[in-house]
Parts: sequence; C-alpha cells; structure tokens
Amino acid sequence: MYRVAIIGDRESVLSFKAVGFDVADTTDSAEVLSAFNDFVSKNYAIIFVTEQVAQLIETEIESYKDRPYPAVIVIPNNRGSSGMGMDAIKKSVERAVGADILFKEEN
Amino acid sequence: MAIANVNPNRMELSKLKKRLETARRGHKLLKDKRDGLMKEFLEIVRVNKALRETVEANLKGVYENFLVASAIMSKQVLENSLMFPKHRVEVGIQTKNIMSVNVPVFNFEQKQDDLYSYGFFGTSGQLDASINRLGEVLPDLLALAEKEKSAQLLAAEIEKTRRRVNALEYVMIPQFTEKIRFIKMKLDESERSTTTRLMKVKDMMIKEMLSKNNMS
Repeated sequence: MYRVAIIGDRESVLSFKAVGFDVADTTDSAEVLSAFNDFVSKNYAIIFVTEQVAQLIETEIESYKDRPYPAVIVIPNNRGSSGMGMDAIKKSVERAVGADILFKEEN
Repeated sequence: MAIANVNPNRMELSKLKKRLETARRGHKLLKDKRDGLMKEFLEIVRVNKALRETVEANLKGVYENFLVASAIMSKQVLENSLMFPKHRVEVGIQTKNIMSVNVPVFNFEQKQDDLYSYGFFGTSGQLDASINRLGEVLPDLLALAEKEKSAQLLAAEIEKTRRRVNALEYVMIPQFTEKIRFIKMKLDESERSTTTRLMKVKDMMIKEMLSKNNMS
C-alpha cells in the first residue's frame, strides 16, 4: 500500500495529520525540496503541496508530470486560492487541445 | 521537395509504395487514437475541474475552522492533540489503460473511521469541525488527485500523438508521394526513350537493308 503526504505551511497542513496524511510543515525552499524528494523516493502515491510551496519546487513538480505516480497535486493554503490549481488544469487542456476550450466561457 | 537522393528504379518504387501504404495506415490509426484520447481527456478534465472547485471551496471551510481552533487553543495542546493520529490513509495504485496510456486508479483504504485522536478535554469544537470537514473532503481530494494526474498524462500523450499525426500527414506522406511520382516519371521517360531508340534502330536497319538490296 502506498501513502499520502502533504507539504505546506504549518497552519494549513497540520489538520491533515488527523486524517492520516504524512505532513511536512515547512515553507523553506531547501527543506521543502528535501521533503519532496524524500516523499518521492519512499514511493508515496500522492503528494499534496500548497500553492505557496508549489512555486518553490516548480521544476521538480514538472518533472513528475509524465509519470503515473506520484501524483503531485496543488491545493490552496489557508490564505485562499490564487487559482494556481485551475491554471494547471488549464495548462494541460492547452497542451492537449492546443487551445483553451474549457475556461473560455468564463473570461 | 527532397527528391535528390532517390534511385529511379523499380526496386525503389515498390519499396516506397510499401512505405507509403504503411504510413497511410499508421496515420489513420494514430488519428483514431488521437480522437479517442481527446474524447476521454475532455471528459476527465471536466470532472477534474468540477472536483477542484468543490475541493477548494471545502478546504476553505477546513482552514477557517482550523484557524479559529488554533487561535483558541494553545499551540502545544493543538500539536499534542494531533500528534498521534488514529486514522490512516493508505492508497492502492492500480493502473487503467486508456488508449495505451497507463492512468493511475487510486483506491484508498481508511484504517479507522474515528477521526479524532484526542479527548474532548482542552480541545475546541472548531478543531472537531475542521477535522470533520476534512474527513468529508478526503474522498474528493483523492479523486481529484486521480483525475488530475490522469488529465496530465493524457495531455502528454495527446500532444505526442498529435505531433506524430502531423508529421505523417504533412511530411512523410507528401514526401513519399512526391518520390513515387518522380520515380514513375523517370521510368516512363526511360521507357519512352527506349521505344524511340528501338524505332530509330529499326529505321536504320531497314534503310541498310534497302540500300543493300539496291546495290545487288
């Protein structure tokens, strides 16, 4: 069985401990990176990262995009969503279709 | 078009014809694959978008409650309450094959359905609410992970397939047809020149015979 991890700032991710995620509460760029690599090497199935953290390790996240797992999923932190997760969906739509067809009606 | 290095002979012609046929068949197959992938992808991405919207909205509620809880409770108590979670999430990964793309399917197991790893003493109700809410979001969160990953993988595959289709359609196939045309024309040309040569030789032979007959 594989496990689930989350990386983010303390206030946002601490509550995930209760549902059994493995939590790395840090926002320091080097620590985040080592935590991320640690989770990856231990074969975690899903790694959630807050938007704030995702910005720090963008290239790493990008490099795991084409592999079946770990799934690296961006979630908003407690300061609300900056739309980064939606952007990721938008990007994959653009990559596949060549144009953004899902979000057009909104803007 | 690049027809510089083609040997205009029948051997090359039949080889090229075979390759053209393969390219055409491959093109058709890849095109079908691309369309199939696209159909799956659009479906997944739509689900993905909806899931993300609900998850983000729900997480907001989780965070709000947690923020209040952490304001009410002391840091130490809060940490102690969450230190030994009773609940564990484990995820089994299976892969599903969508048009030769291996897409993960996460089926998760919850070890215990009691989420609260602490007593009621000293902890605030908001913490309960926050964690309760989180427990509710959890299935959606994992479904989101699955769909989003699938969408990413499919997008990569679609991009690759589209490139191949275009390469076949706009580069390979025109090149082959052009080469085949070139060889055919060359062959026809040489055939015609052979015919004329034969006619010429025949004429010469007839003339020679005639002049011989006249001499004798």
